[in-house]
Amino acid sequence: MTIAQETAAETAPAATTRRRSRLDAREGRTAFFFLLPSLIGVTLFLVLPIVASIVLSFTNWKLLGKPQFVGVANYVRLFTADPQFWTILRNTLFFTAEYLVLNIVISVGLAVWISSLKVGQRWFRVIFFLPTFTPTIAVAIVWMLMFAPGGLFETVMRALSWSVPGVLTDQTLAMQAVVVVSLWAGVGYNTVLFNAALDMVPASYLEAARIDGATAWDRFWKIRLPLISPTLFFGTVMTAITSLQVFDQIYVMTRGGPGSATATLGYAVYQKGFQNFQMGYASSIAWVMFALIMALTAMQFWLQRKWVHYDN
Amino acid sequence: MTTRSKAAAARRALLLDILNHGALALVALLFLFPFFWMVSNAVRSNAEVLAIPVRLLPTVFEWDNFAKAWTEQPFGRFFLNSFIIAASVTAITVVVSCLSGYAFARLKFPGRDLLLMGYLGTLMVPGIMLIIPLYLIINSLGMVNTFQGVILPVAFGTFGSFLLRQFFLSIPNELEEAARVDGASRLRILVSIIVPLSMPAIGLLSLFTFIAQWNNFLWPLIVMTGAENATLPVGLTLFQTQQATAWNYIMAGATLSMLPGIVLAILLQKLIYNSIALNAGMGGR
Repeated sequence: MTIAQETAAETAPAATTRRRSRLDAREGRTAFFFLLPSLIGVTLFLVLPIVASIVLSFTNWKLLGKPQFVGVANYVRLFTADPQFWTILRNTLFFTAEYLVLNIVISVGLAVWISSLKVGQRWFRVIFFLPTFTPTIAVAIVWMLMFAPGGLFETVMRALSWSVPGVLTDQTLAMQAVVVVSLWAGVGYNTVLFNAALDMVPASYLEAARIDGATAWDRFWKIRLPLISPTLFFGTVMTAITSLQVFDQIYVMTRGGPGSATATLGYAVYQKGFQNFQMGYASSIAWVMFALIMALTAMQFWLQRKWVHYDN
Repeated sequence: MTTRSKAAAARRALLLDILNHGALALVALLFLFPFFWMVSNAVRSNAEVLAIPVRLLPTVFEWDNFAKAWTEQPFGRFFLNSFIIAASVTAITVVVSCLSGYAFARLKFPGRDLLLMGYLGTLMVPGIMLIIPLYLIINSLGMVNTFQGVILPVAFGTFGSFLLRQFFLSIPNELEEAARVDGASRLRILVSIIVPLSMPAIGLLSLFTFIAQWNNFLWPLIVMTGAENATLPVGLTLFQTQQATAWNYIMAGATLSMLPGIVLAILLQKLIYNSIALNAGMGGR
């Protein structure tokens, strides 16, 4: 090999590498400009607020005046001194547990029922989905009229010879009313989600099981349910995350009352922050909510090993 | 099996089928009842809304309640406010997500995967947690009670970037290569090749963003302090504080506020089902 050949062999790859890296640099610049609007928005309205929220939760800022660093005092006050906090926490967990279980059971039931139909599946899906596309506030106001004293609900109950006092002013019934409204408003999304998952179960599996003599009940528990379990898991996690944040329907229907029977963490963040202007204290409540969401999500991921089947 | 018993079995199966459909139709009707109750109370006098015993249908149908509610309360203004906010957020979200989604899908830059992971991570952060610091930011920018104050903080979510990235990845690279050989810029390629091919995904993102903002309550409630700037959901709650609640007008207003969502859900039911089915197919994986 001559020297000329040698240098040519050496420079050729070097030149392509240089060209390559120049190309990469240009692509990187293009990417930067493409990402810029998103990055500015995400930094200003997502990252900064997250950081600010942590910092605020360690101050006693009341919107006016200067924020003072108070360490973990807000959290100590929450868990030891605030007479309302444990009620609010219990209400939130109670709502989430009851709503989550009922939502999943009802939406799986409806999804299976719809998928058993030969005609009109589409229309039933649309009907149950409708409330999820309408404002929760409007939904809650309509239900409030139904629950009003002397209103439709009481009339129907009296006809069934079960007399109920004012539903929304009763300590135990008020939360049940909030659950009912939330179910009506929220069950449709999961119904369509689970129905879509059931549609994807291969018909040949069910046919084979039928020929082997499996009953409808067996086919549901041993074939369809395991096959849709990843979707079921996804729906359960998302529903849990949103139900821990419940706010709209409580704001309209009960304002957390009677007493603090329906006050939840979401409502407390609003009340402490924007009615009492205790921005620091409200931020610490928001972080308790975040911790709960993380804990519940982690627990669900841990539990999924026991019941979720992935076919790969 | 004889032909006769076969025919009997078929008849029994058909009967069961009809019963099954009928029973679910009954459940569906019961489920739709609150909508009926809303409209039924929107077209009666307020005295009759509150009358005991309760009547299913009004004695006199006052159809002009819709027109009266629209003019006697600033419903037209609420409607316009909601529309401006939902449309602006949707427009910004789509443009920003197209740009960033393309960068994530097709451009090489250092730290891309890490940044994408960060974007995905923010999807876990609950909205209510950010309300207070967002309000403080809006406040310090002097944007309380302004439209940009409601619009900007919700227009830059990371979900759209991720959704469009996924869709862009499914478009064959060869289409782009050809355009690049012809000397088209990346922006040019995005606008005239990728975006037209991605209309299903962009339509979906627009639909869900628009509806979410149209129905949004807490954020406009906090930012919009003046009644004239209220959105429809916030406007509906303003009636609650008045001494004599005009229930019939509230129900008319609630009906009007639900109309766009209901119409979209019915018109676009196939698109909505497909998008939810996509979620179901991925099963959260």
